[in-house]
Amino acid sequence: MLNRDGVASKDQVLSRFPSNEVLVKAKAITECYEEIPCNPCATSCPFDAIHIGEDINTKPVVDFDLCTGCGICVYSCPGLAIVTAQIVKDKARFKLPYEFRPLPIVGEVWDGVNRNGEVICKALIEKVTYTARVDRTALVQVSVPLEFIHEFITVRRVL
Amino acid sequence: MINKDLVIIGGGPAGLSAAKLAAESGLSSLIVERDFKLGGQLVKQTHMFFGSEKQYAKTRGIDIAKILVDDVLKYPEMVEVMTDTTVVGLYEDKVITLLHNDEYIKVQSKAIIIATGASEKVLAFPNNDLPGIYGAGAVQTLMNVNGVLPGNDVVMVGSGNIGLIVSYQLMQAGVNVKCVIEASSSIGGYKVHASKLKRLGVDILTSHSVKRANGTEALESIVISKLDENWDYIEGTEKTIEVDSLCISVGLSPLSSLLSMIGVDMKYVSSLGGLVPYIDSHHETSVKDVYVAGDVCGVEEASSAIVEGYLTGLIVASSLGFKHENYDELYRDFKAQLENLRSGPFGEKTREGLQEIARNHDVK
Amino acid sequence: MRITEHPILTFEKKAKLQFVFDGNEVYGYEGDTIASALHAMGVKKLSHSIHLKRPRGFYCAIGNCASCNMIVDEKPNVRTCVTLLKEGMVVKTQLNKGDLYD
Repeated sequence: MLNRDGVASKDQVLSRFPSNEVLVKAKAITECYEEIPCNPCATSCPFDAIHIGEDINTKPVVDFDLCTGCGICVYSCPGLAIVTAQIVKDKARFKLPYEFRPLPIVGEVWDGVNRNGEVICKALIEKVTYTARVDRTALVQVSVPLEFIHEFITVRRVL
Repeated sequence: MINKDLVIIGGGPAGLSAAKLAAESGLSSLIVERDFKLGGQLVKQTHMFFGSEKQYAKTRGIDIAKILVDDVLKYPEMVEVMTDTTVVGLYEDKVITLLHNDEYIKVQSKAIIIATGASEKVLAFPNNDLPGIYGAGAVQTLMNVNGVLPGNDVVMVGSGNIGLIVSYQLMQAGVNVKCVIEASSSIGGYKVHASKLKRLGVDILTSHSVKRANGTEALESIVISKLDENWDYIEGTEKTIEVDSLCISVGLSPLSSLLSMIGVDMKYVSSLGGLVPYIDSHHETSVKDVYVAGDVCGVEEASSAIVEGYLTGLIVASSLGFKHENYDELYRDFKAQLENLRSGPFGEKTREGLQEIARNHDVK
Repeated sequence: MRITEHPILTFEKKAKLQFVFDGNEVYGYEGDTIASALHAMGVKKLSHSIHLKRPRGFYCAIGNCASCNMIVDEKPNVRTCVTLLKEGMVVKTQLNKGDLYD
């Protein structure tokens, strides 16, 4: 339970995902379940696809028609609570924020981790963006088997 | 005796912002800071800030510190800075005694803004004074400012935002965080911070506390225990964890002792972190021309401290005859920003606390 | 133990500063506080409680708690967490409340 251990429930997670039909294109998944005073996801979106409004404590709402899955909100979120998800054939492709060393390298296979911190699958590193624009929060694109689309959340280096 | 229009005590986010708005309004000030550098606790905050653009949201604290320091350095004629300087005396006629390089310096000021911030609370348990037991913020300084690790294995006590953020930053520095323990039955800080830790494999154990620490010259292990709903230890649930470091993050208390020295009316308000001054809507205390900004009048996020600093600098300048050309607009904006930052569920304690210290003539 | 690699921060190697700690020649780096230099060497015990002489270490890092007070260049009760290390400093563990100095 989110309040007791920091793990969002399955229902909470699903409430942030659009349908699989929509996910043929990358979309932002905002895992921000609390009213906290924060709005960089909304102000950083160049497509005006994330809405928070005047009261910055409002939870973000993504307009999946406008969201292009560009990933700017992923590295702009101070809570590192946003990923983008996309279905590509039998794979789920994610862009996620990563703030550890060493950075993954394209082509490497890392462990795929769920919201409990458990390793659930392998994750292929497809792209690593680390420019001045991302301000030290690397944007890492990975793909995992499609069945883990609602469980996968981050990557961990295989030790 | 040196004469000054405005002395600002504390060169952290609130003090720096106050100096900026005072200078913009045309009022000179002297910032007195006991550390050897400006920036307060922002200088160790490597994470991106929450809030909105006006409070530098999504900018890292370390970079906000640079912005705020640069902002006051733009006014070299208006803002004087004394670092390595501790205020050791504060008197009702607004005479301030400074200690700098082993010398006492007396300053007579027309107005004073006290922006001394807050300090970390301690937790009572046997052997809580062993070396290796630190304030979580102190460890953040050691790692992120000095580049020195506190140890290899750490347990964090407290799951407020500081506890959660520092745990994450310990992991970024390569330290093994064994777990976070929290006496309450629910996580105290933002859940996004908790989720960040949990997916790294760090357990957050709610309804748990430290029962004792073990070690002779330094910390070697701790004993944790489950707590019942009355926060009493549950017998038989003790567990020993080997650690060389323990971080205590059980809240902050306002550093308000200077206010007591000058005879300001104070009240203990637990939702604001401890002993705080009564203030009016202009952040003026019961002693005329003595103002407060930032955590010293209620512990909150640094975002609020920045805006309180701007607001207080603006007001003090005006009260001394230096009214900013956009006073009304800025005043409304700063008030609206503070209201916005505090209007959610996490701002409830602050909203209640501020009601308790509102000075009588000011209550509507 | 010093951080060599960090995702957000860069710690450049700075000039070494020699100092004396309880009679031994040791060193830290420019930008260190006295307390951080000692901590990096693995010295956690910085002072003692006044009555029971229990070991005390770094606690607040803002010059507030007095747990890191030491004798620096003969001057007692120096807050080593907020005092920058300087070349040639003589740092001693303090065992009492502090004696008067010149």
